[in-house]
Amino acid sequence: MQKLIQWVDDRLPIVEAWNKHLAKYYAPKNFNVWYFFGSLAMLVLVNQLVTGIWLTMSYNPSAEGAFASVEYIMRDVEWGWLLRYLHSTGASAFFIVVYLHMFRGLMYGSYQKPRELIWIFGMLIYLVLMAEAFMGYLLPWGQMSYWGAQVIVNLFGAIPVIGEDLSLWIRGDYLISGITLNRFFALHVVALPIVLLGLVVLHILALHEVGSNNPDGIDIKKNKDENGIPKDGIPFHPYYTVHDLLGVGVFFFIFFIVVFFFPEMGGLFLEKPNFEPANALKTPAHIAPVWYFTPFYAMLRAVTVDFIGLPAKFWGVVVMGGAIAILFVLPWLDRSPVRSIRYKGWLSKIALAVFAVSFVILGYLGLVPATEGRTTVAQILTVVYFLYFILMPFYTRMEKTKPVPERVTG
Amino acid sequence: MRKLIFGLFIAVLPALGLAAGAGVPLDHIETDHTDKQSLQSGAALFTNYCMGCHSMEYARYKRVADDLEVPVALYEENLIFTGAKIGELMKNSMSKDMAAGWFGAPPPDLTLESRLRGEAWVYSYLRGFYKDETRPLGVNNVVFANVGMPHVMVDLQGLCAVPPSIGVGASVEPLSGNVKNGDACPEYAIEGSMTAAEFDKAMYDLTNFLSYMADPVKVERERLGIFVLIFVAIFFVFAYLLNREYWKDVH
Repeated sequence: MQKLIQWVDDRLPIVEAWNKHLAKYYAPKNFNVWYFFGSLAMLVLVNQLVTGIWLTMSYNPSAEGAFASVEYIMRDVEWGWLLRYLHSTGASAFFIVVYLHMFRGLMYGSYQKPRELIWIFGMLIYLVLMAEAFMGYLLPWGQMSYWGAQVIVNLFGAIPVIGEDLSLWIRGDYLISGITLNRFFALHVVALPIVLLGLVVLHILALHEVGSNNPDGIDIKKNKDENGIPKDGIPFHPYYTVHDLLGVGVFFFIFFIVVFFFPEMGGLFLEKPNFEPANALKTPAHIAPVWYFTPFYAMLRAVTVDFIGLPAKFWGVVVMGGAIAILFVLPWLDRSPVRSIRYKGWLSKIALAVFAVSFVILGYLGLVPATEGRTTVAQILTVVYFLYFILMPFYTRMEKTKPVPERVTG
Repeated sequence: MRKLIFGLFIAVLPALGLAAGAGVPLDHIETDHTDKQSLQSGAALFTNYCMGCHSMEYARYKRVADDLEVPVALYEENLIFTGAKIGELMKNSMSKDMAAGWFGAPPPDLTLESRLRGEAWVYSYLRGFYKDETRPLGVNNVVFANVGMPHVMVDLQGLCAVPPSIGVGASVEPLSGNVKNGDACPEYAIEGSMTAAEFDKAMYDLTNFLSYMADPVKVERERLGIFVLIFVAIFFVFAYLLNREYWKDVH
């Protein structure tokens, strides 16, 4: 064995890679529960890839056969129901862990210098993940798959001049059809997963270059012992590999409760209208995207006024796109001298809390039919969402921060 | 062009009806996929009363026979009317085009109906027919307004003369001891062969069967789920001990 490793290592630096990324990658020893979600996101990604490959073996990407082939997987394919529920529940689980992972970043300032690139790669992952989820959702070819895709692709039509041609180009047809299904299938199972995997590699390489942040937001590399090892650092392997197993256990327990007992999650993970095949002539009474898109959907619907000759729908798209785009510049909006929320002032704490609550309420509003009152609430919360970012350069500089300790705490 | 717009308008009409029906109160039902007797009775009812028009085209006869513990020979003899083989999908012989001509829209496939509309909806709908001379077929439904389907089980239930009270729930008047709303229909225009209680039980069985058809793996899934959770729990204990062992020297 040792000889084999030596043989390979002479030709490929596997020992070096093992040490750099695991055995001698020193991570702060004070990670708390929020630091489980990165490795869990990786776990869910593997789940999606493996179950996805097996689903592809029995799925038929045509307008005539897609819906029936999903039921074929559910009924006739050995363990097909399990593969599909793992995949459909995994999609929602992916967004849950990614949202918690991002919130962790917001709390502990993980995007601040020198981790700007990690944050940007992470945001790109989030963006590709949304595209991946959106295209995957068309594949079962149910009513909500169909009309959800119809609504979202039509949004591109709101862009002046090129809009109509652009949405036509995306669909490949005048309405969502088998042609759209085929191209979404290709993108969902080949193109986007490749991009996603590439971005995950970049995200982790960039992380291991500068080192992990921690709940105190202090730089553990400033305090090294005589061997050049950070005093507050411990090797990722074995300490955090065994530690992450705990997270895996808890995650799987919750995940499998959903998979085996509540796979529809009351219509949140699998929407009821999707148990009816797509029908271009029958519009569902209420079209709602899957829960992980609803905060942005609520913002889209919150814009109700035409402005400088352009329709409200266009500005809705701008607001929705802006809500995601503004996340990319976050590292340059935070002017605080400290990273972690633990040492920021009360303005930052309130801002983050209000932001998180607004996002959750927007998610709820995007799920339910719009009423006048709800639209007003969505408008206020959309403003709050943007104010969190726009005002950040001011409140992070103004407020009084607490002194940051030399060494990590707890 | 005008024809197309009219066609679209007609096509959207049922959706409007559905939208209007969204807030209708429904009778609750607790289905039980382990009650084979109920499922068998539901399968018999479905085959005799529903399957002439409605297919179950995503399911196979063999799976139903196996899951419901009906011997294949008995199933083929009594529950397959189309001459299909036991391994085939449960399609029916009615052509969709002709059906569309007769009923305005082809009767929908019912494999997933209970997951689409919910068990309570199915149970209430089946018991919601009443006499309405203004409708082409002489019947209407309290759950599905202006329904295009005839009341096929009229020989069993009879035909309620007034809209039956669905989603109200039976209650006992404390002073007189009389049961209120025990029978959803107070007055019948046509008498059926079953009593109200018998018919409710029959519709329970039919709903139970539809619920099973929409999610045939449910019993097995939940049985396996318990073992999976026990496994994960044991895994967690060992992961916890392993983690404690490694971390005891980190301060």
